[in-house]
Amino acid sequence: MDLKDLYRDVILDHNRQPRNFGPLSPADASADGHNPLCGDRLTVYLRLDGDTIRDVHFDGKGCAISVASASLMTEAVKGKDRRAIANLFEEVHATLTGDAATPPASLGKLAALSGVREFPARVKCASLCWHTLNAALAHECAPVTTE
Amino acid sequence: MKAAALASRGRAYDVARVRADFPILSRRVNDRPLAYLDSAASSQRPRAVIDAVTRYETHCHSNVHRGVHTLSQEATTAFEGARERVRRFLNARSPKEIIFTRGTTEAINLVANSFARPRLGPGDEILITWLEHHANIVPWQMACAATGAKLRVAPIDERGELRFDGFEALLSPRTRLVAVAQVSNALGTVLPVERIVRAAHERGIPVLLDGAQAAAHGGIDVQALDCDFYAFSGHKLYGPTGIGVLYGREALLREMPPWQGGGDMILSVTFEGTTWNELPWKFEAGTPNISGAVGLGAAIDYLGSIDPAAVHAHEQALLATATAALLRIPGLRVIGTAAAKAAVISFTIDGIHPHDLGTILDHEGVAIRTGHHCAMPVMDYFGVPATARASFACYNDEGDIDRLVTALQRAREVFA
Repeated sequence: MDLKDLYRDVILDHNRQPRNFGPLSPADASADGHNPLCGDRLTVYLRLDGDTIRDVHFDGKGCAISVASASLMTEAVKGKDRRAIANLFEEVHATLTGDAATPPASLGKLAALSGVREFPARVKCASLCWHTLNAALAHECAPVTTE
Repeated sequence: MKAAALASRGRAYDVARVRADFPILSRRVNDRPLAYLDSAASSQRPRAVIDAVTRYETHCHSNVHRGVHTLSQEATTAFEGARERVRRFLNARSPKEIIFTRGTTEAINLVANSFARPRLGPGDEILITWLEHHANIVPWQMACAATGAKLRVAPIDERGELRFDGFEALLSPRTRLVAVAQVSNALGTVLPVERIVRAAHERGIPVLLDGAQAAAHGGIDVQALDCDFYAFSGHKLYGPTGIGVLYGREALLREMPPWQGGGDMILSVTFEGTTWNELPWKFEAGTPNISGAVGLGAAIDYLGSIDPAAVHAHEQALLATATAALLRIPGLRVIGTAAAKAAVISFTIDGIHPHDLGTILDHEGVAIRTGHHCAMPVMDYFGVPATARASFACYNDEGDIDRLVTALQRAREVFA
């Protein structure tokens, strides 16, 4: 187990310079996510075109894993519809929890998160943005938490 | 044994010898020797505590206060013997004033339910400080919600010290109880509890002290402190988890109704009515954590054998050395710079989230706490979502500080 498996260059880069960062106004939907364990908070903003995400931003504070995961997620889901996003989330989740032996090629840059599986305490950090995205897609108003 | 241990250890504190008393310190974490700097969350147990619990479980266990058979008598003797050790540790007047609980949290909840609630009405007030652990906030919020009382919060300053004038200004004719930590868990601030008790008592207001972070430093004297309630946990005092203590002034405890009903807390039960047991058993419904109490008694003996005053001096030296070493790390900010501090250092490093620090340090075998430390209002005050916190106990040495500094430098390299 090497620290570099967790803190890969892609992760460090997206933490330092998160993509699609900051509020999106106006947004068609948004949701707040909170990880009470470490105090991470983020908001995901969506502009939708029917079932498809036309634009997505996120905002908030968190550890490198949660910020990088959110940044990578925004890049990955832009232009995708709900069904494709649900499939992608399943693949990401399997990668984070170690169910998938090697990350499928369809994950693209999100595969950089696969090192998280060696650090079980950090899985919630990486998955917070995805839960928050799902809440935004469901137009849920209540904040989601990882608990 | 106690006197011999004291004599053999003498004046000079022999940390290597103390370390040898703690078996867990010889294990490795992530292929490196463990540097345990999270004793403010839970301290480790010396062999003496582990052995006392094992001896009890192996030879003496039965239920207490029940049977006439030998084991039940031995278990009762061990359990009540632990209570007497706690009484001496706190210098309480009587073992009737020592109630075993699951921990500090349950002790505070007991006071909130049995003492505060019956006395609270709409417009009454409970006064706490901004430094409190959630365990000394939430029970009062619940009592206030049930009664229409209000929770008042005394302010702190940018060093993390209580603003005493602000505290005093909040003592009102409606204040029914003051509940404050003796030592802040998140920042290490030592609160001026003697002044707090005096100011409250001048106005006839009772005071609860949350001693969770203070008890391990010994020297607690509830008569000198003159507090009305004192709560602490075994596992922050080198004892087991699941056992803690509420000290209460006997006159107050006698007036208070029990908060949990069941066996052991009654003298007689009929369907028409029930007579409560004597103190302290009135507040100990059900079979208690007997082995936990035995372990706590052994922990108190152990602390006595290594001399709490010497431990305190040792920890203060570590605090000074570690603070100076950490402040040399670029971008490191110490949160909580009170003049009087326990050996706790809360800090942040620019550009590295505490959670990432925690993972990288763990990878180096260094255990620290990261997060909000169950004190979210403190985090809000300093405008941080979380901090990293290193805390020092009797078994830490300068080698642990070196390991901490090296691991933090490693974190800076990873995030360079």
